[in-house]
Amino acid sequence: MITQALFRALDKKAIWLVAILLLVAVAVPASNLLLPVDSPFRLPNYAVPLFGKYLTFAMLALALDLVWGYCGILSLGHGAFFAIGGYAMGMYLMRQIGTRGVYANPILPDFMVFLNWKELPWYWYGMDNFWFAMLMVVVVPGLLAFIFGFLAFRSRVTGVYLSIITQAMTYALLLAFFRNDMGFGGNNGLTDFKDILGQSISAPSTRAALFAASAIALALAVLACSAIVNSKLGKVMVAVRDAESRTRFLGYRVEYVKLFAFVVSAIIAGIAGALYVPQVGIINPSEFEPANSIEVVIWTAVGGRGTIIGPIIGGVLVNVGKSYFTGAFPEYWLFALGALFVVTTLFLPKGIVGLIGQYRAATTKREQHDRDAPTPMQVEAGADPQPKPAE
Amino acid sequence: MSEAREKLGTMLYLDGVSVAFDGFKAINNLSIIVHPAEMLAIIGPNGAGKTTMMDIITGKTRPDDGQVLFDGRTDLTKLDEAAIANLGIGRKFQKPTVFESHTVWDNIEMALKKPRGIFATLFYTADDEDIARITEILETVRLLARKDDYAANLSHGQKQWLEIGMLLAQDPKLLLVDEPVAGMTDAETVETAKLLKDIAKTRSVVVVEHDMSFVRELGSRVTCLAEGAVLAEGSLDQVSANPVVIERYLGR
Repeated sequence: MITQALFRALDKKAIWLVAILLLVAVAVPASNLLLPVDSPFRLPNYAVPLFGKYLTFAMLALALDLVWGYCGILSLGHGAFFAIGGYAMGMYLMRQIGTRGVYANPILPDFMVFLNWKELPWYWYGMDNFWFAMLMVVVVPGLLAFIFGFLAFRSRVTGVYLSIITQAMTYALLLAFFRNDMGFGGNNGLTDFKDILGQSISAPSTRAALFAASAIALALAVLACSAIVNSKLGKVMVAVRDAESRTRFLGYRVEYVKLFAFVVSAIIAGIAGALYVPQVGIINPSEFEPANSIEVVIWTAVGGRGTIIGPIIGGVLVNVGKSYFTGAFPEYWLFALGALFVVTTLFLPKGIVGLIGQYRAATTKREQHDRDAPTPMQVEAGADPQPKPAE
Repeated sequence: MSEAREKLGTMLYLDGVSVAFDGFKAINNLSIIVHPAEMLAIIGPNGAGKTTMMDIITGKTRPDDGQVLFDGRTDLTKLDEAAIANLGIGRKFQKPTVFESHTVWDNIEMALKKPRGIFATLFYTADDEDIARITEILETVRLLARKDDYAANLSHGQKQWLEIGMLLAQDPKLLLVDEPVAGMTDAETVETAKLLKDIAKTRSVVVVEHDMSFVRELGSRVTCLAEGAVLAEGSLDQVSANPVVIERYLGR
């Protein structure tokens, strides 16, 4: 059963995408670690976590695309699941600091000592175990999505109303995580990480491994999403997107279909966040900002929603553009982003990927037209292939 | 006692059903009975409550009052759309609503009577029996040649037929068909009547229609609704000879 589902996931495009990602997972670390420092093909040290960050953003966009592009749920709060996954990883990394913190407390992270806390809050228990923290990376975003989605979808909150409450959700979390009393480092968040799995977090080999892990995680997410959207459930998701009430009259429980997509998507977003944090070295409440979640929507739209590869292209390209722009003309980045969204909405409804489809459709149409065009004989016989333009 | 027996033998039993929207009584003390393997044609002027009646039966609208029973015992007013669909009530909408970004084949496959659970759907693979069944349905509705086309590219009449095919795939006990021949050519209309009559040999069918020649073609029992209540019942000849029906609906 599951093998069949996996087999179905491997359509030609997905195979190519996974192959490219695996190649990248090997090539980028190899180029950084193995090539001599003066080689023109060697990636500099700073580039590896930067590219790794792009991959985690691509994964977040893919997660959003699963609910938005395929199921019609425009979530404007997906950054929240990303941030929660990131916080779970951050908690693990904080516990690895141990006595190397400023206050050298073996158990309490610095900010807790600073706040005069005497013992670890209960929700920090177990987070020093890597496996437990990784479990939480999956469970907490999944659970939040489950509860939120269950309530929202059962009450049939759809369209713009759903978008608004997802936005409210991430904003509420933003405010909550800003509070020092929450026990997540307040305004400053979690940072000053030292080790991950006993390896120095800033060592080039660790960064290479984190990059490879990001590429592989993205490849696995591609497989999972591809398996889902190519299944009958994926077709039902698209049916829900296009004609929700009709799907209900066919006997499908639309709320459960949406809930499934939402939870899977939140888990993928959470894993992306967990890979993001060790590569950028910090997680703070700004990740919950509504604007971040809206940016993810732009990446997805620019790349092409309703496709697997689109959000990945969008997530990487827009962020490469952002890195360049914020370096070269920092004050214009938001204008560029806004313009990009407007242009995409007006001219590229299916994003960059759709552009290829549009081009292909145009060429086949032209070919077809050439084929269907009457031979000169027919024209002579009085056939008038094309209506004369009005004068 | 006799009332209970009366309900037991029915496929659809509406008794004293009323619903009001903002004080406007869309359905007013409506009572209708459909027996197993029977076709009922419902006619009536615009705003007579025909579509609202279908909404009530399929769980989209809750009645304020009255009884709605399926198969003589299941109270439909307590169930939602998906549960009612899974009981065996299929609905074709007035405006053909097929899934346009799916192929003709996939439209039928989604409608095919199969477990509707999330994981059953996720791991579903069509077996030979399913493929044979889908092929058979597509043959019946004459869309086999277009099975790989997107539903969006079908003509209006073909979309109507695809939706009837989806109804067949659901294998319902009761079919609610809202204006099936709107936008069809005369030849298509005749074919549709034939198809529906065929279906009604084994299932109950309720057809809402304005096209009188089509209703005549169906040759079934006719109920005329007006202002949310039954105006007249009987054969088409009886109903169309009824002076009240002539005055309120047919005119002249």
